[in-house]
Amino acid sequence: MFSFIIRRIGTILLTMLCLTLVVFFLVNLEPNLKKLAISQTEMHTSAEQLESWLVNHGYRQNFFVRYGQWLGIVPKQPITDPATGKTTQRFSFCNDPAVPTFSGVIEGDFGCSTKFKTTVAAKLFPALGATGILMFWVLAVMVPVSLLIGILAGMREGSRTDRVLSVASIASTATPEYVSGVIFTVVFASWLGWLNGSAASASQGITFYNFTLPVITLAIYGIGYIARMTRASMVEVMTQQYIRTARLKGLSFKSVVVKHALRNALIAPFTVIMLQFPWLLTGVVIVEVMFRYQGFGYTLVEAAGNNDIDLLLGCSLVSVFIVLITQLISDVGYAFLNPRIRVQ
Amino acid sequence: MQAQYIGASAIVLDVLWRFWPVWVALLIVMGASFLYKKKLALYGQLFDSGVGIAGVFICLFWLFTAIFASTISPFDPLGQIPIMKDTLPGAIEPQSGLVYLFGGDKLARDVFSRMVYGSQIVLIIAPAATGFALMVGITLGLPAGYYGGKIDSILSFLANLVLAFPVILLFYLLVTPGIMDTPIPYGLAGVFFLFPIIFFSVLFWTRYKNRPDRIYILLGLTLIIGGWIYVGLVFDRDPLKIVHIDPNQLNIFVAVVFASSPGVFRIVRGLVMDIKTRDYVAAAQTRGESPWYIMLWEILPNARGPLIVDACLRIGYTTILLGTLGYFGLGLAPESPDWGTAIKDASRLLRSFIHPALPPTIALMSFVLGLNLLADSLREQSMKD
Repeated sequence: MFSFIIRRIGTILLTMLCLTLVVFFLVNLEPNLKKLAISQTEMHTSAEQLESWLVNHGYRQNFFVRYGQWLGIVPKQPITDPATGKTTQRFSFCNDPAVPTFSGVIEGDFGCSTKFKTTVAAKLFPALGATGILMFWVLAVMVPVSLLIGILAGMREGSRTDRVLSVASIASTATPEYVSGVIFTVVFASWLGWLNGSAASASQGITFYNFTLPVITLAIYGIGYIARMTRASMVEVMTQQYIRTARLKGLSFKSVVVKHALRNALIAPFTVIMLQFPWLLTGVVIVEVMFRYQGFGYTLVEAAGNNDIDLLLGCSLVSVFIVLITQLISDVGYAFLNPRIRVQ
Repeated sequence: MQAQYIGASAIVLDVLWRFWPVWVALLIVMGASFLYKKKLALYGQLFDSGVGIAGVFICLFWLFTAIFASTISPFDPLGQIPIMKDTLPGAIEPQSGLVYLFGGDKLARDVFSRMVYGSQIVLIIAPAATGFALMVGITLGLPAGYYGGKIDSILSFLANLVLAFPVILLFYLLVTPGIMDTPIPYGLAGVFFLFPIIFFSVLFWTRYKNRPDRIYILLGLTLIIGGWIYVGLVFDRDPLKIVHIDPNQLNIFVAVVFASSPGVFRIVRGLVMDIKTRDYVAAAQTRGESPWYIMLWEILPNARGPLIVDACLRIGYTTILLGTLGYFGLGLAPESPDWGTAIKDASRLLRSFIHPALPPTIALMSFVLGLNLLADSLREQSMKD
């Protein structure tokens, strides 16, 4: 078990290394660097000035040297004036070193956001906190609702309840966030006026009024999928011998379901919920943009739209980490919950 | 000048009337399917359950809408008639006397026509991209599952690499306007579009290599047709000028194939690992068949059930991905009538007007729902036998 986790963590680190290298390559393509230089310099700068800005800020160094600098295994260089030999900070707004230093991800320095004029850490972590709150409420709604639907549907396979709930969950999987978001806003904000169609004010304080729409929008897409998996698992458990035995002993249907079936039926949904996180990440981006909530997804879109290299790398590192770590948790947790499975 | 309006019931009747080619085509196809359903194998069995009929109905509805789009829609999807700006549903366009059935959007275009034409974009790109993703996933998944070992480890690592990427980040990186100046999309397209040619060549070669009368015809056809489409799509140099794709659309196409083929790969790999332990595979091995013959002619046909179900779900998922791309304004032209772009445009103005937002959202939702219902009922039917 221990060696399994160690090996998995090794794979995770390798994957993160490969992925950041790919992201680094893509954000450093020539058109993207041009875009960055144009947005960072004054209006109407000539091509030479753009080029000199890129050279000055170290964007023209060797690709692998720069990746090493970001990673922290090659020292970061300050700007050196060729005439005087004096060195200045690369980006004064985030305390870049004035002397060559090792300062990269390994040293805990995520770099400098050119769009928000601050360090990546100062921008990314508060945003992650905000998204964490959103995620918490989404899971608090999504998990109980979907498990309940799945159990009710799977309890008696083929019954009317089962068919109605199954079609409802298929419908919910066919509703991506940008569709349900629009429909909910139209119904609850424009038409009924019960809820706020924007969550911009949620950064100051979360209320039922401004936070419900983003939460249900994000939850609805996942509910159908988890409910269907729960139903499948429940249906399988209900055909087992021990359920029949319990029924033949004369236990009531209710107590058979609650005491015997539930525990065994909830193992599979655990894995499904964990593997739902990568999907939630995409959903978070859509929902935060749609409802103007300043979280991780909003930051990612801003970073990608402005080719903010360090911030985008930070975002990809975080999202890849979340995806991989939830996979690990789901594998390990499955082995814990189901003693018949051994991880190796 | 104030626009003239028609009433709500008139709108409904008019919408139903505008779809008349679809109703006719649906009546013919559904009627024929009902009559001959005993002879139609899996497709015929779909008509045994309500869910299956609903799924077939919705999918065919959008298919025929895409085919007859020019007959159904009264206006040009890109045409702007200034007087109709932000008009509510049912406004009459004074010059032609035709009706803006679902109103006009902020650029004074007909929402109804845009929804109808949007189906064309979705129904071309989504199934085609899914098809290519299937080809890539199958061609790589078969050897990974069959041989195992090193090939499997490397391919699985690569697949997991792509799967660990959040889709949205992948799209932002792969579908930025700047990337069209680099050779990356063309390189990726060059690799992906090669897979169908490889797949069919190997498929025919393994089966007919000892029958020269057939092998030359089949291989020749594969290479000529495949090469023709390949040259047209990747290099845009089709000598006959029939196969053509916009650089923008090529980029989207490549990004969608890239995002969804690892999923297919994983499913195929899992199925192959399960099926290769069966007796008929052992029998083929004893006969001395080549590994690729066994993979393509023994294992693949027996994996078709789950693959068909997955393909249905995947077309729906690709539709959602396309909508996501449109919603973030990535790739597709800003005036393109596809549903995602329309939802993006309309959702910014929800506070003032809601009518331009509803038709594309409901269209997208119903199409994906139709595909999911179809997949569900296919799964149910294939479990029966």
